[in-house]
Amino acid sequence: MRDILCISRHSPQSGLLAKEALDTVLAGATFDQSISLLLMDEGVWQACAPLGTELSAFKDLSKNLNVLALYGVDTIYIHANSLKARGLNAHELSSGNTTLLDQADTQALMRDHQHIFSF
Amino acid sequence: MTDTELPPLDKDGYLINLQDWSPEVATELAAREKITLDERHWEIITLIQKFYHEFELSPASRPLVRYVQQHLGAEKGRSIYLMQLFAPHPALLVSKIAGLPRPANCF
Amino acid sequence: MSTLHTVNKSPFQSQCLYNCTDLIAPGDSLVLIEDGVYALKLGGEERARLLNAIKQGTRVYALNADLQTRGLDSSWAEIKTIDDSEFVELCCKHQRIQSWY
Repeated sequence: MRDILCISRHSPQSGLLAKEALDTVLAGATFDQSISLLLMDEGVWQACAPLGTELSAFKDLSKNLNVLALYGVDTIYIHANSLKARGLNAHELSSGNTTLLDQADTQALMRDHQHIFSF
Repeated sequence: MTDTELPPLDKDGYLINLQDWSPEVATELAAREKITLDERHWEIITLIQKFYHEFELSPASRPLVRYVQQHLGAEKGRSIYLMQLFAPHPALLVSKIAGLPRPANCF
Repeated sequence: MSTLHTVNKSPFQSQCLYNCTDLIAPGDSLVLIEDGVYALKLGGEERARLLNAIKQGTRVYALNADLQTRGLDSSWAEIKTIDDSEFVELCCKHQRIQSWY
């Protein structure tokens, strides 16, 4: 069983939660925890590149997400139904190394981790 | 360059504005860490700036080593190589000298 | 190895409850807290959706203090009212906790 699953369910522009989830994953990976990131509900927008962030107080998280592989986090899990509900396709995601999960896979992912951090 | 000529720094000695960076500023920041920059240092500094441009964050040690490995090969992509150039804290010092923010989760 | 879920938003205002019930697994538990307890006022299709999760083997609870401060009482036989110490017990009994907020 892996150590920590960070479930990130908020949009990158709604506040600091999305960034905090990513920072938690980076911190965990830095300290050798087996840690995973699951984007769900409004969180799936984090993997889509914005048209521009000059007008925003928040950075382009989709660029940040690409760094995970260098931290030893090989894939970003995406809740497939959340994508579908928003009319998004996997090929519209700008972050690489994503794994789409259906309902059963998502439940299994949760069971496969010791702890969940909810963002 | 004297102390007063350096652009504004935060409490840890990192540039507050990335746009203030120049090779001269880097040389002075390095001198404060008792490092004299040569082409081996510049190669890493340029690479970490590319990293920042690509991911919009400063790397901790391990991702820095991996990134160097990917771009400059296995010989340079080792902690010991970076340690020789940027002792005693490669990840912190490369970011500082390259004008990037302090890496998170790096002590 | 089960998971305890909490929902703290009213289903009349947010999708949190449904996001949760769509993913909750048999053997998991759900505690309705804060405005989450307004779920007890659900009717029709939405009520059926929550009842369905219960039928699939999820236990659903509502935090008594949050019910009382909102002037609600537990009118659902399927949803057990719990106090704070029972909530703590549930947290200990489950492997992990997912908060839907």
